Amino acid sequence: MRAAIRVAGFISLMLSSGQSLAEYQLDMSPGVTSFSQGAYAIHTLVMWISVVIAIVVFGAMTYAIIKHRKSKGHEAASFDDNLKLEILWTIVPFIILGFMAVPATKVLLDMEDVSNSDMSIKVTAYQWKWHYDYLGEDISFFSNITTPDSLSVATSGNVEMDENYLLDVDNRVVVPVNKKIRLLFTSNDVIHAWWIPAFGVKKDAIPGFINESWFKTDKPGVYRGQCAELCGTNHGFMPIVVEVKSEEDYAAWVGIQKAAAAEAAASAEKTWTMDELMAHGEKVYATNCAACHQASGEGIPNVFPSLKGTPIVTGDIAKHIEVIVKGVPGTAMQAFGGQLNDADIAALVTYERNAWGNNTGDVTQPSDIKAAR
Amino acid sequence: MSAVIEEHHDDHHDHKPTGIGRWLFSTNHKDIGTMYLWFSFTMLFIGGALALVIRAELFQPGLQFVEPEFFNQMTTLHGLIMVFGVIMPAFVGLANWMVPMMIGAPDMALPRMNNWSFWLLPGAFGLLIASLIMSMMGMGSAPNFGWTFYAPLSTTYGPESTDFFIFSVHMMGISSIMGAINIIATIMNMRAPGMTYMKMPIFVWTWFITAYLLIAVMPVLATAVTMMLTDRNFGTSFFDAAGGGDPVLFQHVFWFFGHPEVYIMILPAFGIISQVVPTFARKKIFGYSSMVYATSSIAFLSFIVWAHHMFTTGMPVATELFFMYATMLIAVPTGVKVFNWVSTMWKGSMTFETPMLFAIGFIFMFSIGGFTGLMLSIVPADFQYHDTYFVVAHFHYVLVTGALYAIYSAVYFWLPKWTGNMYDEKLGKLHFWVSTISVNVLFFPMHFVGLAGMPRRIPDYNMQFAEFNQMATIGAFVFGFSQLILLWNVVKTIRGRSTVKATDQVWEGAEGLEWTIPSPAPFHSFTTPPTVK
Repeated sequence: MRAAIRVAGFISLMLSSGQSLAEYQLDMSPGVTSFSQGAYAIHTLVMWISVVIAIVVFGAMTYAIIKHRKSKGHEAASFDDNLKLEILWTIVPFIILGFMAVPATKVLLDMEDVSNSDMSIKVTAYQWKWHYDYLGEDISFFSNITTPDSLSVATSGNVEMDENYLLDVDNRVVVPVNKKIRLLFTSNDVIHAWWIPAFGVKKDAIPGFINESWFKTDKPGVYRGQCAELCGTNHGFMPIVVEVKSEEDYAAWVGIQKAAAAEAAASAEKTWTMDELMAHGEKVYATNCAACHQASGEGIPNVFPSLKGTPIVTGDIAKHIEVIVKGVPGTAMQAFGGQLNDADIAALVTYERNAWGNNTGDVTQPSDIKAAR
Repeated sequence: MSAVIEEHHDDHHDHKPTGIGRWLFSTNHKDIGTMYLWFSFTMLFIGGALALVIRAELFQPGLQFVEPEFFNQMTTLHGLIMVFGVIMPAFVGLANWMVPMMIGAPDMALPRMNNWSFWLLPGAFGLLIASLIMSMMGMGSAPNFGWTFYAPLSTTYGPESTDFFIFSVHMMGISSIMGAINIIATIMNMRAPGMTYMKMPIFVWTWFITAYLLIAVMPVLATAVTMMLTDRNFGTSFFDAAGGGDPVLFQHVFWFFGHPEVYIMILPAFGIISQVVPTFARKKIFGYSSMVYATSSIAFLSFIVWAHHMFTTGMPVATELFFMYATMLIAVPTGVKVFNWVSTMWKGSMTFETPMLFAIGFIFMFSIGGFTGLMLSIVPADFQYHDTYFVVAHFHYVLVTGALYAIYSAVYFWLPKWTGNMYDEKLGKLHFWVSTISVNVLFFPMHFVGLAGMPRRIPDYNMQFAEFNQMATIGAFVFGFSQLILLWNVVKTIRGRSTVKATDQVWEGAEGLEWTIPSPAPFHSFTTPPTVK
């Protein structure tokens, strides 16, 4: 049956396009961790048992439909019960279910055992990005989708769709191979779900809760996934990318991260020119703000306010900074104080006050933000 | 005085009120049943139009027609309208029409309440759809948090129209509870002499059990939305973690309603299939009492499996195991039902008029949804299926080719009794075949994209999912428009200009009290109760 489905699927695909078949996936992927493979095995087992039962039941029904029809002169029999048969088809399913329950329980117990991990990463979900914090390592960063232009009908056509369309991020999670990585999940706003199909890990990130899971793989590579719980407007645009590296490559990556952190700390001390602030501000805006307020600054009427020529960004600077740092309670405007450093916010404020024809000429320095916090 | 009125009434036994008052103030089970069915049919086209917006957007990668924000409103209202506006009212409409006729009663036990339970619905859905119209006019957003409205997305982060939604759900709930009370009161008190419980038609049995499920869980839904209301407007923090509340509590409350709700939408369907299959197999239903016991077991189990919708929320492993085992058990009574239907067909003398075609389609495709349901119960595999298109495929097989197909089967089965005219058999068969082919083109590929990793409720997707989504969209448009065939057939049958008159018996193999009264059924079915041996 499944083979027949595959064949039917392949044929229809070949008819609809001439592309190579290797690109299409019809079944769950076995993945690269012990429990993604466990989940795949039990999925395959239950599916085949279902197929066998389906063949028996549908076969009997089809036989009756063909043979026991009035147009062939078949007379109706008069039986309307059979106790033995009824007991049999109540008991047999119990036994079959037992065959499924035992391996399912084993795999589940393996999945839920988070003890003896080698390292821990805290994953915090935000609308609509992920934040990763390597516990005890002093490495933390946000991970955003890299195709913000695809967020509206008007701009969608401009986006080059490659094989990783919607599945690419600016900062990947990098982990070493052959280590048990423990993940802690929570959320800053609504419920999200972190899912990498190849790991078999799908766990909700819930505000006020910390959930746990883990993975360990011996196959270096890049693994992709997406948020799996509806989390608002841009639910479809918060991918997850994990890169599994060898021990040495991972150590090198850690070194680069620490150097970058030191550089960022230094940049907060210096005085920036207007051009530097505008250039950096545009980047910060594109990553953090454009999803709601749009690249044009015009927002979405009645949902997300416009920043083009509106008093929010042309009025009092202190108020403007406060909205960014503390957010607006009771609305979708988050507090970005914890997400962005002083240089980012300074650049952002400067950008918003001078972009889209706002031209206030105001320049904000990182030191102003530090003072305002 | 009252005696005089009754005598007068008897003289004009079949006199119907006329004009709009006939419908507005109706206390007649048939008229109210008709209104429920037309309401449901109208909602089917509205909910279907929203589904076509979703499928049009998903025809290819990239955003072509609607913004992500509007897309979310589409998925939300599509779900709410189909569940609460189509499937449930259609079953209540069928119960209204058929239960009194099947048990030999003149009308429902509580006719005035019956009127009110119907007339709440247009208000409830008017309110819900008003939020969508306002959204399209640029005044805020309609509900956009999915039909499951998980907190805090629907509370702290919900649009202003969420309060419309809450009030709307309250009205639907009151309507359902009153409808359920009415059905229970009718079945308990108004059965014809000699009709013991174990002689009731299975459709009556399944509705009897469904009515209890409704009374048990609709107040739970009301509780959930009331807590939302106070969280949003009166400063409570039931679901707000920042105030010490618990977002997962919402899911427990919702699914304690939601899982029995799933069976509310399928048990009456089981009842319909159990009426149709024996009629066209010309053979008694196989295992009547095991059918009743299986229905009761499913109803009982429905209360202890709710958390299988929540495996990824991080429950303790023992809880996950309990809900996995309990869920797997549902396969047993559901299997019994399927085996019984097949045994009813076995060695029958079958003919394949449209009601039977839809019933057979139901058994095949509902079983496919049942198998994927069993797969979903397995926790480790569920982690991979959860919130993907695999789940979307699963519940559409159960609800479209399950519940909706059963409703279609029932409409074709009883339409001649309702109108006195036979429907057009050719159109009926055309409707069945076009629907059945297109619905599989629509939903079967969703299994594949789901297994390959496509999350549900996303407006745009990676290239690897493109081909199957294209197939699904083509299937969706064909399926959607083929429902106009049914509309045409129903209108044609009601007008009756080019149709054959139906006999009282209608179907050769039909058994039961509803077939002993004339076609079309008189305004008051049984004024003197028939005797059942």
